[in-house]
Amino acid sequence: MKAVKFARSPLLSERLPPWRQRFVLVLLLGAFATLLGRAAYLQGFKNEFLGDKGRARFERVIDISATRGRITDRHGEVLAVSTPVRSIWAIPEDAQLTPAQSRALAALLELNVSEVNNKLSGDGEFAYLKRRLAPDVAEKVLALGLPGIHQKNEYRRYYPAGEVAAHVLGFTGAEDSGQEGIELAFDGQLAGKPGSRRVIRDRRGNVVEDVESIRPPQEGRDIALAIDSKLQYLAYSHLKSALAEHKAKAGGIVVIDVRSGEVLALANLPTFNPNNRSKLAGAQLRNRALTDSFEPGSTLKPFTAALALEQGKFRFDSTIQTAPGKMTIGTATISDAHVHGLLTVAQVIQKSSNIGSAKMALAMKPDEMWSMFNRLGFGAPLKLGFPGEVGGRLRPAKTWRPIEQATMAYGHGISVTLVQLARSYLAFARDGDLLPLSLARVGVQPVSGTQVFSAQTAREVRAMLELAAQAGGTAPLAQIPGYRVAGKTGTAHKLESGVYAQKYVASFVGFAPVSDPRLIVAVMIDEPGNGKHFGGDVAAPVFSRVMAGSLRALGVAPDAPLKPLVLTSVEALREGM
Amino acid sequence: MVRLNLLLLAIVVACALSVVSANHRARKLFTELEAAQKRMRELEIEWGQLQLEQSTVAAHVRVEKLARERLGMKQPVPGQIVAIESAAK
Repeated sequence: MKAVKFARSPLLSERLPPWRQRFVLVLLLGAFATLLGRAAYLQGFKNEFLGDKGRARFERVIDISATRGRITDRHGEVLAVSTPVRSIWAIPEDAQLTPAQSRALAALLELNVSEVNNKLSGDGEFAYLKRRLAPDVAEKVLALGLPGIHQKNEYRRYYPAGEVAAHVLGFTGAEDSGQEGIELAFDGQLAGKPGSRRVIRDRRGNVVEDVESIRPPQEGRDIALAIDSKLQYLAYSHLKSALAEHKAKAGGIVVIDVRSGEVLALANLPTFNPNNRSKLAGAQLRNRALTDSFEPGSTLKPFTAALALEQGKFRFDSTIQTAPGKMTIGTATISDAHVHGLLTVAQVIQKSSNIGSAKMALAMKPDEMWSMFNRLGFGAPLKLGFPGEVGGRLRPAKTWRPIEQATMAYGHGISVTLVQLARSYLAFARDGDLLPLSLARVGVQPVSGTQVFSAQTAREVRAMLELAAQAGGTAPLAQIPGYRVAGKTGTAHKLESGVYAQKYVASFVGFAPVSDPRLIVAVMIDEPGNGKHFGGDVAAPVFSRVMAGSLRALGVAPDAPLKPLVLTSVEALREGM
Repeated sequence: MVRLNLLLLAIVVACALSVVSANHRARKLFTELEAAQKRMRELEIEWGQLQLEQSTVAAHVRVEKLARERLGMKQPVPGQIVAIESAAK
């Protein structure tokens, strides 16, 4: 076939009507204009809508969870920690299981088959099958590949110390938010804020690009408490055995560091297990040491004596006549348990004489006593930030009658919490000043607090309190071999609907070592019911055991001579071998 | 003129290809970062669980029980404790 060259094509010589050319040109230009118009329309007017559609196909917003902070003791030992768990939930409509599948599911979830079927038979859109499973169990459940069964990530809070520190720590609710105790008080710091971010995902669901961070997650902050878990355990276990021994209804114990005002241990009984709160009663939940006030009884006498010394009306060795052991003020009569006769101020504290204290108090003006109690922190909450904290009762001085002023001198007609009582003894353990207490660890130790008494008065009262804890005092059982201890017993009748009942609150507050006080321990035992009810018999031994263990745990050097004791017992030991 | 145009064309093509490969590398690195971050979270969770386990095992209640029952230990009576003065003083 002979090729026809284009230039010589006969068609070229054909003359066509000119409109055809123009027609094609217009057609082409028209098509071009349409394209431009369409492009402008899509880019200009529908840009946003189309962009959204596109992003919706490959962009995802992912939630980033934040963990709740840990609570540790002062040495970093974990007291509360959140760890992820899985909850298995179902869409009952979708979950059509064969009997065999139900059985497998029930076995993994440790539920009855009927229970599982019950939960799946509802026609709702959502039902929890089991909450807070260990992650590996949840994986196995999902591996069954059952329809309509899903999982959800949640957190569960664990308390390794269990009931030992239950009241201090409190607990969290279902959504991991604080409900009680430190968990509630420091919830703002502990709680994490979940964040979210926008990402691009590929076909297989992998994140391939970060588009933007919508909200960065904020991890909950860890909190270091002042609590020393060793001391906490000591306090708890000795209080527990004392409660069992004396068949008491309740009790509380507080250990305070004299140098920093930190609360090293705080335990209450009855208590609860924060890891399993299915059977909780209100009484178990009470953090008595902070939320219940009681009439302290004789533990307030040293303050009366201190004020008397401070005012110069009495001296350490001034004598007060306490015979015949009864005293009538107005229509009421107050009395001592034993008749003592002529006592010095020091002996009034040592023997715990009500008459002696009342006589000192009646030499003062009511507002002077009121102002001392007020400066000691009675009558107002300590503001530790703890939920439910109360301040006790301290009535305004102008409403006091003389009999009330006299009874307040030995701790009746006024009420305080155990923590307030423990803190007020800081004034004696230190040189007359009071520090604010702290539940959280204190970084820099405060040098001095608010002065309540002069250093001289504090020293003299320390000496009186040391006498009280020796033979001849009310609490020889508070002694610890190797250490000099000082403290005061309290035995108060309980007020029941306005009348003093034959029920008692036994207490003891003391500190050691006297030469350079390091710790204050306050013990309160409510309604001891096994024959003994005096603070010196019930509470002082607890003080002694807890203080001895704590001083040893902290490595405080003994300040009392032990040499003869060491020698004799070493001899005895050798003979035994 | 033609040569210059060809050269520029080649450069443009090379640039375009390198953009593609850089993007690909970025995505690959990002996936690695993701994996590493996931691992970090897992390790953190494991650490929390180990801490929990440690404090459960080292709980004072348990330690005291084991010391008393299995090891037959007991608290020293005061006479058995000898205080030693620190030589550094």
